[in-house]
Amino acid sequence: MADFFFNTTLGAILLIVGQIFLVVIPLLVALAFLMYADRKIWASVQLRRGPNVVGVYGLLQSFADFGKYIVKEIVVPAGADRPVFFLAPMISLVMALVAWAVIPFNDGWVLSDINVAILFVFAVSSLEVYGVIMGGWASNSKYPFLGSLRSAAQMISYEVSIGLIIIGVIISTGSMNFSGIVAAQHGDFGLLNWYWLPHFPMLILFFISALAETNRPPFDLPEAESELVAGYQVEYSSTPFLLFMIGELVAVVLMCALISLMFFGGWLSPIPGLPHGIFWMIAKMGLVFFFFSLIKAITPRYRYDQLMRLGWKVFLPFSLFWVVFVAFAAKFEWFWGIYARWTLGG
Amino acid sequence: MTDYTRHAKYFLLQDFYQGMKLGIKYMFKPKATLNYPHEKGPLSPRFRGEHALRRYANGEERCIACKLCEAVCPAQAITIDAEPRDDGSRRTTRYDIDMTKCIYCGFCQEACPVDAIVEGPNFEFSTETREELYYDKAKLLANGDRWEAEIARNLEMDAPYR
Repeated sequence: MADFFFNTTLGAILLIVGQIFLVVIPLLVALAFLMYADRKIWASVQLRRGPNVVGVYGLLQSFADFGKYIVKEIVVPAGADRPVFFLAPMISLVMALVAWAVIPFNDGWVLSDINVAILFVFAVSSLEVYGVIMGGWASNSKYPFLGSLRSAAQMISYEVSIGLIIIGVIISTGSMNFSGIVAAQHGDFGLLNWYWLPHFPMLILFFISALAETNRPPFDLPEAESELVAGYQVEYSSTPFLLFMIGELVAVVLMCALISLMFFGGWLSPIPGLPHGIFWMIAKMGLVFFFFSLIKAITPRYRYDQLMRLGWKVFLPFSLFWVVFVAFAAKFEWFWGIYARWTLGG
Repeated sequence: MTDYTRHAKYFLLQDFYQGMKLGIKYMFKPKATLNYPHEKGPLSPRFRGEHALRRYANGEERCIACKLCEAVCPAQAITIDAEPRDDGSRRTTRYDIDMTKCIYCGFCQEACPVDAIVEGPNFEFSTETREELYYDKAKLLANGDRWEAEIARNLEMDAPYR
């Protein structure tokens, strides 16, 4: 049996497909409950109850919504570019899912353990913007087009600072492999060894940039309902809309995973002595997601020029400065060498 | 506040920490939402809901077909026909309210000299067709029988203020 999976082509393909399902299916199921959690947190901050009718405490609300989206009629605008119109949501979802190929959930629990994993995630999440642009353009309507333009500008602006923040972490680690980054955060002091401490300002910057990158409030300008109705999603209905929505949320969860891997030590246990494991990873992702939801509940939407100003005139110089600082700190081992923890031998 | 502290607060995201603190505090407060179909908010005794035609305790209908309500109705939703009954008393043969025209102003119950037409506390009378909202005399009298207890209590509670 093992021989079939490891030594024949068909077996190897089946093994990979099985592994993919092992990642994607729990992810999508978790997504349904995260969507529910998101709505519940949002609601309770505003003293509302949130979904509480479908299932016990409304736990099955997301599944009911999925069912509803799927049975609805697909409306295609008369002037729409049909192939592009339907390609856009698929790109949006697939690109968000592809990035999970290199995300490790535990020591060695990763689909593809490549050495440029962090670059791969960065590249794929940049491609997500194509889904939004294509969707807005193919709708052949003003509001979706404006929304997609905004979204493109926003995602590109914040990718710059995300890239620089990632470079800081890479300099500290000497590796672009996520397992290497987590291994570099392993130490005798538990959570004090993680990168959130030396890279604290970058943690905040990365979190805010992740909000902008995934079009979450307060940076949800692409769908600013008061001015653009719902941005690039205006003309979408039924399953294509569902794909957009899932793609967006998968990207959010991906950002949670990135934050917990890069700054909170992934699957490492926060207290020395406790066993490491996947549950720490899940707990950390859940905590970061909670803050994503909380921010959604407490912040008003930024104006477009404020968003651009923040991205280019505050985040970019600050993260650039931080890269230079980390480079010096790592080279000359300032601060007892906490910035230099090379896992690849320096 | 000097410019320096203002800028320091801006860079340290002080507003956001305060916002999060407030947000988390509110998360654990009791919810303001009512579980509507299961629990309902209180209604004033003056609440103007679905119409009803009342009867006297002996079963005689109150309405004497004076048509004051029909005259005062600003939406002209009420239609009344009347002729003397066999015992010589003046009664309505037709009393229709088009609930889709009605604006629930309460003028009809103000105008009524015998407290016959009233607006009861019921507000859950939605229907699937418009025709069902064209109430006739039988429907209004049935409403009166059904809601008499609540209507009488509300009138009594409101009486000191009139």
